[in-house]
Amino acid sequence: MTEPVDTTPSRWASGVTGIVFPVLVVLAIITAIWYAVCVPMNIHGAVQSAERAGVVVIPEDAKTRREMGGVALALQNTGEISDVWSQDRPRLPAPHQVAVELWKTTVLKKVTSKRSLIYHGWITLSATLLGFAFGTGLGILLAIGIVHSRVMDMSVMPWAIISQTIPIIALAPMIIVVLYSIGVQGIIPKAVISAYLSFFPVVVGMVKGLRSPDAMQLDLLRTYSASKAQGFWKLRLPASMPYLFTSLKIGIAASLVGAIVGELPTGAVSGLGARLLAGSYYGQTVQIWSALFAAAILAACLVAILGVIERVTLKRMGMA
Amino acid sequence: MMLVGAAFLIWVLGWWMNVRLANGPAADTRGVKLLVPVIFGVTVLLVWELLVWGLEVPLVILPAPSLIATRFAQSTSILWQDFQQTFVKGALSGYFIGCSAAFLMAIAVDRSDFLRRGLLPVGNFVAALPIVGTAPILVMWFGFDWHSKAAVVVVMVFFPMLINTVAGLRETTAMQRDLMETYAASYWQSFFKLRLPAAMPFIFNGLKISTTLALIGAIVAEFFGSPTVGMGFRISTSVGQLALDMVWAEIVVAALAGTAFYGVMALIEKGVTFWHPSQRG
Repeated sequence: MTEPVDTTPSRWASGVTGIVFPVLVVLAIITAIWYAVCVPMNIHGAVQSAERAGVVVIPEDAKTRREMGGVALALQNTGEISDVWSQDRPRLPAPHQVAVELWKTTVLKKVTSKRSLIYHGWITLSATLLGFAFGTGLGILLAIGIVHSRVMDMSVMPWAIISQTIPIIALAPMIIVVLYSIGVQGIIPKAVISAYLSFFPVVVGMVKGLRSPDAMQLDLLRTYSASKAQGFWKLRLPASMPYLFTSLKIGIAASLVGAIVGELPTGAVSGLGARLLAGSYYGQTVQIWSALFAAAILAACLVAILGVIERVTLKRMGMA
Repeated sequence: MMLVGAAFLIWVLGWWMNVRLANGPAADTRGVKLLVPVIFGVTVLLVWELLVWGLEVPLVILPAPSLIATRFAQSTSILWQDFQQTFVKGALSGYFIGCSAAFLMAIAVDRSDFLRRGLLPVGNFVAALPIVGTAPILVMWFGFDWHSKAAVVVVMVFFPMLINTVAGLRETTAMQRDLMETYAASYWQSFFKLRLPAAMPFIFNGLKISTTLALIGAIVAEFFGSPTVGMGFRISTSVGQLALDMVWAEIVVAALAGTAFYGVMALIEKGVTFWHPSQRG
């Protein structure tokens, strides 16, 4: 599998001044579209609650209203448009509603509270990190084996590549239930899912990285009469670092998805996935959106931390 | 105990065959390159089968491959319905809509350097997010049927496809574009004759990444609500009934569908980008 478009921070660093403004503009456009889409999405609810409050709305029949498009209804009830951004259970919450909910459930709630997103985020994060550590560790070991053993390369590598085209996350509910039936529950089943989701990208990326030194460099080491171990520690491993970090970033994102999906079958107890599921059971859209954003922020932080480690490491190694 | 011993023997035998083949004189021929992973796969299946019987692993933990195969053969009609619901209706339609929308968006963005510089980091950022989390929202908006699954797939494939296409459209060098200018080529002429062909390896990269994402999106979205048909629905309900042979049968279907989908895209890529160094080898 070819690797995705380069996301290394060098592109950021090279044109920070040239990039910040366009990014802000794009974000502003997205926010504006979001606010605008709230109108047709939420106008039905807004008109209904206005009618309940005694305001005359057009048309008066609720059934005709339900069949009308959102835009048409909004045009006939311009007075109610301002309410679409402050609905209790909107179909699409406005950005500030999500922000307020995020603020309320992170900063204003005690960390131990069952309603604190930090609490749920930590549940998910701990499973993600545990699984990620195991998955990448085993992945690197297997990659070393593959590079040094022709048999392993020829037998295992094709399967590792094929595994990337398979939605292996479909195994998640089964792993949870099977581990539960043999008495394992809590963080471990989710970590297992996270581990195998980050395992294969790391194997494939690391094999590519450990093979990246060209024949010339390998020959040079041979003229030094370097042993296999020396060749590994002094040439292959350092050369594989950029590949390792690229696959680590893919792996941690996959691990997080795995931990979130792993929380679904247990029936919404705790964790970000549970918040998503509970929100969809009870129609709490604001809660779903805030859990979604919490997951997004978590993913972004994890990838960003790896990016910083990557930059520092490569700089100290003289590669960036 | 006999079966466990047999499993061990088969493992040793399979590994020994692979060692002989991989280090033998014919190791670089096509046949051996295909044979070695096949031997490995068959060995794993046999060892799995023998260990499950030998150690008397209960069905609710790990069914033997033979049981999974029987279940697969017995329920082909259910599996076919699930496949149609999830793959053909959900994943394929979402894949098609999402990829074409991203492609058109990329062309529009590409004309403005400002937009491109703003959108690429945002797109890269979004592509790393757990987008399957939008599934409960989209299920709420579009209902339980395949439309919501297609919507999840659209959102999932959109950004990887967008950043790949935008990156691909930048692939030409200033020299090449200058040449087109000296021919007095119009924007669309140089687009179709130079920049789009040059972008093809990137576009296919996006298309191939999206095949897996499409299946993941369609299956996971069904965990949040679905009609009583579909691969994700079958997996989650069969897990609840501890019918693990059915779960594995669905996973086999998902694996076959994913590999075939990817393979078809790779074949098309081979035909379209025959000129690219990676395809000529």
